[in-house]
Amino acid sequence: MPTLKIPTPLRSYFNGQTEVPVSGTTVEQAMQNLMDQFPQLRPHLTNSTGQLRPFVNLFLGEDNIKDLKGLDTPLGPDDILRLVPSVAGG
Amino acid sequence: MLPEFTHEEILRYSRHLLIPEVGLDGQRKLKASSVLIIGTGGLGSPVALYLAAAGVGHIGLVDYDVVDVSNLQRQIVHGTGMVGRLKVDSARTRLLDLNPAIQVEAFNEPFTSINAMKIAKPFDVIIDGTDNFPTRYLINDLCVLTGKPNIYGAIYRFEGQASVFYAKEGPCYRCLFPEPPPPGLVPSCADAGVLGILPGTIGTIQATEAIKFLLGIGSSLAGRLLLYDALDMSFEYVKLKKNPSCKACGSHPEITGLVDYFEFCGVPGLDHAEGSMGAGREITALQLAKKLKRGDKTHLIDVREPHELAISRIEGAQNIPLGELASHLEELDSAQEIVLFCKSGTRSARALEILMSAGFRKVKNLHGGINAWAREVDRSLPPY
Repeated sequence: MPTLKIPTPLRSYFNGQTEVPVSGTTVEQAMQNLMDQFPQLRPHLTNSTGQLRPFVNLFLGEDNIKDLKGLDTPLGPDDILRLVPSVAGG
Repeated sequence: MLPEFTHEEILRYSRHLLIPEVGLDGQRKLKASSVLIIGTGGLGSPVALYLAAAGVGHIGLVDYDVVDVSNLQRQIVHGTGMVGRLKVDSARTRLLDLNPAIQVEAFNEPFTSINAMKIAKPFDVIIDGTDNFPTRYLINDLCVLTGKPNIYGAIYRFEGQASVFYAKEGPCYRCLFPEPPPPGLVPSCADAGVLGILPGTIGTIQATEAIKFLLGIGSSLAGRLLLYDALDMSFEYVKLKKNPSCKACGSHPEITGLVDYFEFCGVPGLDHAEGSMGAGREITALQLAKKLKRGDKTHLIDVREPHELAISRIEGAQNIPLGELASHLEELDSAQEIVLFCKSGTRSARALEILMSAGFRKVKNLHGGINAWAREVDRSLPPY
């Protein structure tokens, strides 16, 4: 199953986990399943029409899914998805 | 015409002069160059120290804060003797002690759309060492509009990011983050904490990228975002590409001048001070103390993380960490008055929003958090 790596700022929405398995053969399916599993995450990641919010960056390996096929990007069982958050601290 | 060196300078920079990639010409380039560091905090401290030591001839420092004792765990350009002094003055004194042969210019003012262009104009490179989103977007837009490189670093607890946003040759900050997250989603260092060494690691990487840019050597972080995790001790990279429809650097840019971005979220120390989000629904520490003394029935909820209770606590308060509040709503009695608090009032303001949007009406936020309580009511507790 593909894995989602979670950055520290968002871990409180995943019960403190550093990574979670996500089921799905596309990024969209994986994200839908993820938000079903962690419903408190939904308003933070998607807007009212279900699109990913502009400050949410999802990378498959080294590539931003925006530079691949977006939410339609296919996912293999060993793939690693990564959420890259906006961080302001300095 | 590059500047010449005294014998003392030759000796000072001798370890650079031995490196073929730097050499005498490279060192003279550094002396002729200028770097503006926005923020003299966690990131700005190591950047400023290393650039001064390396012999960058003109360093600008922008900050409007004063040195606080809670800064010293990570802001290594400042010392205990400088607590209470302006950060830019404290940093300038330290840098000139380190290297009297350079020029250090201090700007004791917030970096805003009004002064940003004027301050940045003479500088070759801009370092983003700020602690808030509005200034990060302002720095990005300034760099895109003026063609300067924006050497970026950001930190959170054990994780850091670094990149070089140089729109002339690659993506800008807005290509990656077209807009910031809503206030409250990502807590600040003051609320979430940060490993003191972390800005040292990331700031040193920023300083390295600045020196490489000025010397024209190596492969920069432009087009790559470094993701550092101190707990795993991992350095990973993701690729960044220019967004053709980027509002700042795309083919049809919408951003053609600087504006301030206060609406994004609060800037600590400015008008949108921490704890102001629940304005109108605030209770002061003294008001709360009177209320409790009278025996008013009040449900006190501490939304800090459990490990913070070891530092200070208010007797009778229930601990529900902010991240868990949404799943505890059914246990709360909306008919009873609820007073929320955290360390300084920011997280509890977010908690107040969660309760209000769930239909709770008798909710208040303790202004200034438990730190205000510690200063005004129970002086046996330490502010932190």
